[in-house]
Amino acid sequence: MFYLGLILRNALRHKLRSLLTLLGLVVAILAFGLISTVVGAWYANSEAASNARLVTRNAISLAFSMPISYKQKIRAVEGVKDVSYANWFGGVYKDPKNFFPQFAIDPESYLRIYRDYLLPEDDLRNFIRDRKGCIVGRRLAQAYGFKVGDTLLLKGGIFPGDWEFVIRGIYDGRESKTDTSQMFFHWDLLNETMKKVSPRRANYVGVYVVEIGNPEDAAPVSEAIDKLFKNSSWETLTETEQAFQLGFVSMIEAIVAAIRLMSYVVIVIILAVMANTMAMTARERLSEYATLKALGFGPRYVAALIFGESLTLAAIGAVIGIALTFPAARGFSALTGTLFPTMQVADATVWRQVASAAIVGVLAAALPAWRAARVKIVDGLRSIG
Amino acid sequence: MPGDVPAGDMHAPLISIRRVVKNYIRGGQTVEVLTGISLDIARGEFVALMGPSGSGKSTLLNLIAGIDKPTSGELLIDGEDITRLAESDLARWRAAKVGFIFQFYNLMPVLSALENVELPLLLTNLSRRDRRERAALALEMVGLADRMDHTPNELSGGQQQRVAIARAVVSDPQILVADEPTGDLDRTSASEVLGMLQTLNRELGATIVMVTHDARAASAAQVIMHLEKGVLESREETVQIKH
Repeated sequence: MFYLGLILRNALRHKLRSLLTLLGLVVAILAFGLISTVVGAWYANSEAASNARLVTRNAISLAFSMPISYKQKIRAVEGVKDVSYANWFGGVYKDPKNFFPQFAIDPESYLRIYRDYLLPEDDLRNFIRDRKGCIVGRRLAQAYGFKVGDTLLLKGGIFPGDWEFVIRGIYDGRESKTDTSQMFFHWDLLNETMKKVSPRRANYVGVYVVEIGNPEDAAPVSEAIDKLFKNSSWETLTETEQAFQLGFVSMIEAIVAAIRLMSYVVIVIILAVMANTMAMTARERLSEYATLKALGFGPRYVAALIFGESLTLAAIGAVIGIALTFPAARGFSALTGTLFPTMQVADATVWRQVASAAIVGVLAAALPAWRAARVKIVDGLRSIG
Repeated sequence: MPGDVPAGDMHAPLISIRRVVKNYIRGGQTVEVLTGISLDIARGEFVALMGPSGSGKSTLLNLIAGIDKPTSGELLIDGEDITRLAESDLARWRAAKVGFIFQFYNLMPVLSALENVELPLLLTNLSRRDRRERAALALEMVGLADRMDHTPNELSGGQQQRVAIARAVVSDPQILVADEPTGDLDRTSASEVLGMLQTLNRELGATIVMVTHDARAASAAQVIMHLEKGVLESREETVQIKH
């Protein structure tokens, strides 16, 4: 207790210096946590992806579609349990900045495969019955104030025209990382409209979602599906849902990597600040350390005092920084609307924050502690703090 | 030979220094500070080391206190040659045998007077309660019973030095080493501190080795040793002036 008291009082001895160092630590730990959370949000969809789901798309590019007739052929492949399909709609809600993903789906089969989307039974029934109906995720509903029964108007981009939907349900995610920022409506509505306004674009889908019985069969099933359509006008590329999602992230991989690097740079900067604080502290107290050594305290005790002080500051900074990360992430999420599917401070992020603070605490104290432990008593006693 | 004297022999000198040399390297040059000095200090003696700057008196005090090591020679304290002790053993030896009084008190500014005095007892097996009791007793002895919870910056220079004296004696050491203990004090406080050292010497039989420039301070001692250019010039018994 005596030692802990001494460490704590030493840590708060120069209040302004300690306060500024703590402030730096809090900002660094908070920034590190927030950046890690944002980076994590980029990967949220891929992390939420199931190993038992495959995505089949046009081999040339996602921009090209495939005939609806592929559905039955894919369903017949050994190992396939269920098949559904979707089209990226890309409409605009009021203003282009109001971005959120919209998909035209086959409601029954799609929601059968995506069991992570939880919808009250009545709402599901109403959605299936109403061809002009749509469902929206909880996050999306909260972001724009959507309620069941509201009319949702979208201006088509890929599929021109004004599109009017009635919100028939708001779905929740089974898990916290489930994406609830999307909107789904009937593929049939899209297809019927296309038949009228652009018949050449009718009966095509953007992606097939394939549920397989055994996740370990992902590779052979993917291969079998692609083999079916080899040398056709619409060759396919089938991959796991995770690989498919990571494909999107890889488009901005360099940016994500730069952001991630920035989070580590922040830690290195605060390490330099903290090391400077500890070096100044140890230099000023050299005569005190020499006195302790003269009284019979060993070099390890002196080093422990410096490490203790550094770790105390790091711990206080970490606790405040971590505590602030949660409201900061919520604030950032509110600010960015539905840009990120989820914005959760992961346990791993908190542990990384703790580890970063501990590393900063230890490394910042290492050199001053080594010097103080090695200082000759007579030299230390002569020094003026 | 002093080395043959068994430890704890009441008639043998407590401190026996034989042919001690201490050199420093400064700017690539070897500077000889102590040039083969030999002297004895008896148990219970109050010795003042005097001499001009650079005469080696502080270096000698540091060697006696075990916070520096000689280049050569023997340094026997109570029959034990402390030059042969490893750093960790020497630290333990200092904790058990030596009490320090510094010119600038060297108290821990964040600790109260009581905690400062308690500090050396942390190296013993005493319980927290016993440590506190002994520290409080030592502070009472130096007349600071009413200042136990004060931090050093809430005390005058004289009071701080009295706390330092309490810290030096609390673990009941064999030797008290004092480096210019009155150098930073006014006349009244200096007199109080010297009186306290005399009391410790007379009533508790403490062996005190004190470095001082001040002849008045030296007059508090029983013996004055003059050093000049690293050798012992003279040793004189004094008529101790009571402070």
